[in-house]
Amino acid sequence: MKAAFRHILQHRRVKLVLWLLCLWPCAWLVWGATNEALGANPAEYLIRATGDWTLRMLCLTLAVTPLRVMLGWPELARLRRLLGLFTYFYVVLHVLCYSGLDMGFEWGDIAADIVKRPFIMVGFTAFVLLTPLAFTSFNRAIRWLGAKRWQWLHRLVYAVAVLAVLHFFWMRAGKNNFAEVFVYASVLSVLLLFRLKHAKQEKT
Amino acid sequence: MDDASQCKNFWIQGGLVRFNQFSKSSDITPQAVYAQRRDWLKQMAAGAAGLSMAAWASREAWAQTPSDVVGRPGKLAPLTGAVSRVSGANTMEKITTYADASSYNNFYEFGTDKSDPAKYAHTLQTKPWTVEVEGLVKKPGHFDLDALLKLSPMEERIYRLRCVEGWSMVIPWVGYSLAELIKRVEPLGSAKYVEFISQADPKTMPGVRSRVLDWPYVEGLRMDEAMHPLTLLSFGMYGEVLPNQNGAPVRLVVPWKYGFKSAKSLVKIRFVEKQPVNSWGRSAPQEYGFYSNVNPNVNHPRWSQATERRIGEDGLFAKKRKTLMFNGYEAQVGQLYAGMDLSKLY
Repeated sequence: MKAAFRHILQHRRVKLVLWLLCLWPCAWLVWGATNEALGANPAEYLIRATGDWTLRMLCLTLAVTPLRVMLGWPELARLRRLLGLFTYFYVVLHVLCYSGLDMGFEWGDIAADIVKRPFIMVGFTAFVLLTPLAFTSFNRAIRWLGAKRWQWLHRLVYAVAVLAVLHFFWMRAGKNNFAEVFVYASVLSVLLLFRLKHAKQEKT
Repeated sequence: MDDASQCKNFWIQGGLVRFNQFSKSSDITPQAVYAQRRDWLKQMAAGAAGLSMAAWASREAWAQTPSDVVGRPGKLAPLTGAVSRVSGANTMEKITTYADASSYNNFYEFGTDKSDPAKYAHTLQTKPWTVEVEGLVKKPGHFDLDALLKLSPMEERIYRLRCVEGWSMVIPWVGYSLAELIKRVEPLGSAKYVEFISQADPKTMPGVRSRVLDWPYVEGLRMDEAMHPLTLLSFGMYGEVLPNQNGAPVRLVVPWKYGFKSAKSLVKIRFVEKQPVNSWGRSAPQEYGFYSNVNPNVNHPRWSQATERRIGEDGLFAKKRKTLMFNGYEAQVGQLYAGMDLSKLY
């Protein structure tokens, strides 16, 4: 069973399949927006859905290494970049939906909004921190930066995870509606705690 | 120009067009008149409010009620009324579709997602239904729904509804001014505020089992706000009884305040001396004040209130429209707040 899974993971089409799977939510949203299938307030639906998918992709990305170590499936490593880039893809869509659908691309208003509202400030910071990671995701960037520096830079994703949950928490705080926030916070906590534990073990 | 005079204006125009049409009805309508009528309709259709204006004009010509014009959805028992004569009660804006108005709701007793009420509110038991009126009144008592329905003639009113979340709708309600009920129970001089309490039954309302808010849902108005003719005790919308998700069988509609002030599925109305603590005020006092008048100049801590998205009308990429002071009812209600600092008493 395990061998079979690992065999599948090695297949050269796996990345293509995963790529299509990751694109599926976006394709569905585009279809929904053009076919009036996103309910009474499609703008709000798109902003929220792209935010949700950013969080989900972030969880999946951060789950790769723990799963690889615990299951002993080194093949998983080759899927990490793809998932990480899709996290960035969805956060870009999220920022675009907010800027365009909510703020009408009024850059002055957007800047004022970011400064004025803590939850938007936190979300925007997470987006900014994720940007250099996306742009240094290709192999040559690792060589340019050196593996050590590249690794340190990409540890920013841990800060991004914390900020993303805080952003979601704050957004829901007005309605005391924390059930979903709790789910993402738990998943991301487990994934980050695994790294803390792992880092300690490596030192000793 | 206020809504009432616009109505009259269209009544006359609509009437003239109809007259033209009928005065020639014995012959084949001459091409000139036909063209004129078509031009007029085209102009109407091209107007700011588009086709709905044309529908409006013809409605006024025949003294049709909002539910006659938009057509009853045919889902629930009919409940109609006369066109209201209350100033501001007949906005000419395009009416939101019934599908949107009955599927995109905040009614936390059935869940926090706006699609939850439409999914889960079918369990709400609206028969029998009693509203208890108590507190500082000469004639307290229990009113069953039938008594309330007969208490005063039904009116149809078209109100803008502005949610504190930044979206809005235009809804044709059916009901009468809350003042009609208040007058009959004869409040004492000491009654300064009215408290509204919604149904909170954990068996039929799944959201009540969660701790999102302290149940039951409580709202309140100052006595002069409660007595204002625009404050509506509503039993229906779109010419039918209220769907459960919209607050059946009886709710409040206060069009110049954010939607959450309009408590749904009322079971108790209490007259009190001190300002009641409303549910949202208790839950997040820094975000929701007691008055909660629609005010584009006072922002919610987490978003701007300067603009709003009209559900079903403003396209996905359209700019949001400007929110109006008191949701456009300033002429009618502005004097209630004369001298008050609305940035503090938000």
